[in-house]
Amino acid sequence: MKKLRVLWMRLGGVFSVRQENDEFDAEIASHLQMHIDDNQRAGMSPVEARRDALVKLGGVEQTRQAYRERRGLPWMETLAQDFRFALRMLAKSPGFTAVAIATLALGVGANTALFSVVNGVLLHPLPYPHAEELVTVHASKQNFAEGSISYLNFRDWQRDNTTLAALAVSRGTGFSLTGMGDAEEMRGELVSSDFFPLLGVKPVIGRLFAPHEDEIGREPLAMISEGFWQRKFGSRPDALGKVLTLDGRNYTIVGVLPANFSLAVGNFRAADIYVPIGQFRNPALNERAAGLGIHGIARLKPRVTFEQAQADMQQVSERLEREYPEEDKDIRAKLIPFQYAMVRDVKPLLLILMGAVGFVLLIACVNIANLLLVRSNARAQEFALRSALGARRGRLLRQLLTESLMLSLAGGLLGLLLASWGTRVILQLLPQAMPRAADVHMSGTVLGFTLLVSLAAGTLFGLMPGLKLFRQDLQGALKDGGRGTSGARQRTQNWLVIFQMATTLVLLAGAGLMIRSLEKLSRVDTGFQPHGVMTFGMEASPSLMGAGQDATRAYLREAHARIAAAPGVEAVSFSWAALPMNSDDEQLFWLEGEPKPQNENAMHWAIRYLVEPGYLKAMGIPLLKGRFLAEGDDEHAPRAVVIDDVFAKKFFGNEDPIGKRVFLEQFDDAATVVGVVGHVNQWGLDNDAVNPLRAELYQAMMQMPEQQLGLVPMGMDVVVRSKYDPTTAFQGVRKAITQMNHEQVVYNPQTMDSVIGDTLAGRRFSMILLAAFAGTALLLASIGMYGVISYLVAQHAREIGVRMALGADRGDVFRWVLTRGGRLAAWGALTGVVAALGLTQVMARFSSLLYGVHAYDPWTLAGVILLLMAVALAACYLPARRAMRIDPMRVLRTE
Amino acid sequence: MGEKADVWQGTLALMVLKTLETMGAQHGYGIARRIEQVSDNQLSLNYGTLYPALLKLEQEGAIASEWGVSENNRKAKFYKLTRAGRKQLEREAKGWEQTKAIVARFLSPAEEA
Repeated sequence: MKKLRVLWMRLGGVFSVRQENDEFDAEIASHLQMHIDDNQRAGMSPVEARRDALVKLGGVEQTRQAYRERRGLPWMETLAQDFRFALRMLAKSPGFTAVAIATLALGVGANTALFSVVNGVLLHPLPYPHAEELVTVHASKQNFAEGSISYLNFRDWQRDNTTLAALAVSRGTGFSLTGMGDAEEMRGELVSSDFFPLLGVKPVIGRLFAPHEDEIGREPLAMISEGFWQRKFGSRPDALGKVLTLDGRNYTIVGVLPANFSLAVGNFRAADIYVPIGQFRNPALNERAAGLGIHGIARLKPRVTFEQAQADMQQVSERLEREYPEEDKDIRAKLIPFQYAMVRDVKPLLLILMGAVGFVLLIACVNIANLLLVRSNARAQEFALRSALGARRGRLLRQLLTESLMLSLAGGLLGLLLASWGTRVILQLLPQAMPRAADVHMSGTVLGFTLLVSLAAGTLFGLMPGLKLFRQDLQGALKDGGRGTSGARQRTQNWLVIFQMATTLVLLAGAGLMIRSLEKLSRVDTGFQPHGVMTFGMEASPSLMGAGQDATRAYLREAHARIAAAPGVEAVSFSWAALPMNSDDEQLFWLEGEPKPQNENAMHWAIRYLVEPGYLKAMGIPLLKGRFLAEGDDEHAPRAVVIDDVFAKKFFGNEDPIGKRVFLEQFDDAATVVGVVGHVNQWGLDNDAVNPLRAELYQAMMQMPEQQLGLVPMGMDVVVRSKYDPTTAFQGVRKAITQMNHEQVVYNPQTMDSVIGDTLAGRRFSMILLAAFAGTALLLASIGMYGVISYLVAQHAREIGVRMALGADRGDVFRWVLTRGGRLAAWGALTGVVAALGLTQVMARFSSLLYGVHAYDPWTLAGVILLLMAVALAACYLPARRAMRIDPMRVLRTE
Repeated sequence: MGEKADVWQGTLALMVLKTLETMGAQHGYGIARRIEQVSDNQLSLNYGTLYPALLKLEQEGAIASEWGVSENNRKAKFYKLTRAGRKQLEREAKGWEQTKAIVARFLSPAEEA
């Protein structure tokens, strides 16, 4: 308590300095007066009396000093002093201060913005209790490392495992909602009962699905999102028990999920409507070998490790394989930690960008260090004088640090503003697929990071010129007015510039490689003509459900005719299986002449497209041989298929494929190959070439088996080629469809151009950011170069003057300056190339960012070296011009 | 008269407190003179060092000060003991007695051996 009181009083002392000084002076004066009185009374002369009093006191100034030190907090006073002095110094050179703060703000801002993304996506814990226990679950099988789980396997896995506290599955789906205003296409998820309890999600009102309610053949129930509840029911509690008509079937609402439930992991995306998995109306749900896009999530039992759970599930799937050797051949449960499943695609990308942005900050720091060095050269005399007057070097260092920390804090503050803006820009640039984007925001962690980075930066660039002080020759500096000892200082600056140039080159190389990759990708052949093509989803009126195949066929023909008649439409095709870069589907088959395989795993695989004759024209796919599917390939005609050249080459080699026959798994009769078309890029521009499954097979929609055909109107894709722009074309098509039937839903329109663009979104995002960082680095580095060369010219003005007086012409001087700058840049480029070779290697190894270029791509490296040299020389141009215009007479005269 | 002893660290505060207890309110000069007199001029006291010590005691709350008029009609700052100061004096005096006794025991000729 006493200590606290003392500290408080002393703190008070710091701030009431003047008043207390006066009071103390009065006290000392009265002391001396009384002493002098006494002395005189004892018989001394006035002069003697005064002298004796002063001697006994021990000196007024010393007493005052001791008193002052006791009164306030001396270190705080010097701090305040440093602070005021630093403010004055910074205010005295506003240009320098502004440049330094702006440079730092750029560096800190970029770092903070990116860090807030990294923090939200990679570091921020998931908002679920014991999230570390959560995993996603898949079935690994032939062709699919993370394939879907069949419903029956899910039930057996659920029953047989010993390490999972709970296992649940989900599958995304679309519903046509009718009976509440206009018919609407809604995204939904089919889930098992354990899904929400496993995550610890509680309903806002109502209840979750109870155990067993998720089994096949139970009552149709539904849960809805809070947003949907508010939109459709005005958040009234009587929504519970109400009926939702989805795809013509009535589901009773039992509960509402909170708005903050926004999980996106594996194949699951939070939706507006959830129904039990048992309501899935695919007849294959009860087939053990079916792959229906069902994936799982699970929670490990407490204290069970991930490896233990994986081993346990491995055993469970092996046991099932013994029990069902055909259906479950090679099928194994595969677990993936939740957090990893969410961020694995973006983690290397974010870390690379974070590294790049760190480099930018480093370059910014070096720049400011350089500026400070130049300044400290100019201030060498000031510092020499101060230390000659008794200032300790630590004291001077502290003052320099105070200055640089003030700079860095100001820069950090401005950077924070930049970052709050930059984070929004990054989020907008972000590919849609960026997981956890909602978790990205300014937080305490981010603020702490900014503060730390600013302080570290300030210390770094403040210490550099500060340490030079210790090596300073005091007398020299005093003697030649700040110009001496420039050799060593110039050398430090040179090193800094070389370092900047090298770092910049690394960033340029990274950005260059990204640009080259994208350029290569943009030239990858898609195999079709995307321009002018538009796709959208379409769902027929629920009344068509189960209407029989004749009605379905009649419907499809009418809908086709109406869309084809819409203005501008050149070609149209429905599609019900795979769609390039959009969705995929597989066809199992064997060739004529091969024995019928024992099970599905022994069959061949191809990508399946179920289309109409108009597809070839709508997509603009080249026909290589024979003919494409035609109107005549209908339910009455023999089964016809069209293959792509990859299929032809893989299964028929050099033989002519036309007329060959294949057995498709779902039909008893063979199908005849009637034509060969060009390969279409199915898996995305960067992935198609390396995907193991590339053979493509086209079947006519009208030749589909009856059961499947009935499902087509419940959600099919439409591909339209139009000569109008997409918006106008889509409006026309939508009008035609609505005129046909008001209960039809059209949704998710997109142009093929944008679909292709989306497959490159991640790369484009990182390319833009890397290029922006590299550009910033280049700008900063050229400012650094400019500063150093200008300084060089100023320092050597005398020498240049003498040379010119002795006959050197202006061209010589110009070249001399450029050579000095060029040499620095060349050294920087050389060092940078070595570093770049190492770092781009890392970039290539740990991410799939590079496409079609080697990490050591010579063209890229040559290009960025040229760019760097050109910019560096441009930065030297102005100082070189200045050197040229030096008037030898004037320089020599001022000597 | 021989060498004068320096004032030991920490004992000055004790002397000041004791002085104020004995004399009541007193100004800095008076305290200094009094300490000198009591020590029979054997202490070499720089009067100046008294003021930081007074300030410290005041910050600690052991003494309080106010301006007044000296016996010779000079304006002077007077210090006086507070209640906390009295307690502190008691405590420190006791501590000092103990220290003195212990050191004395070390220095006195050993009786038991």
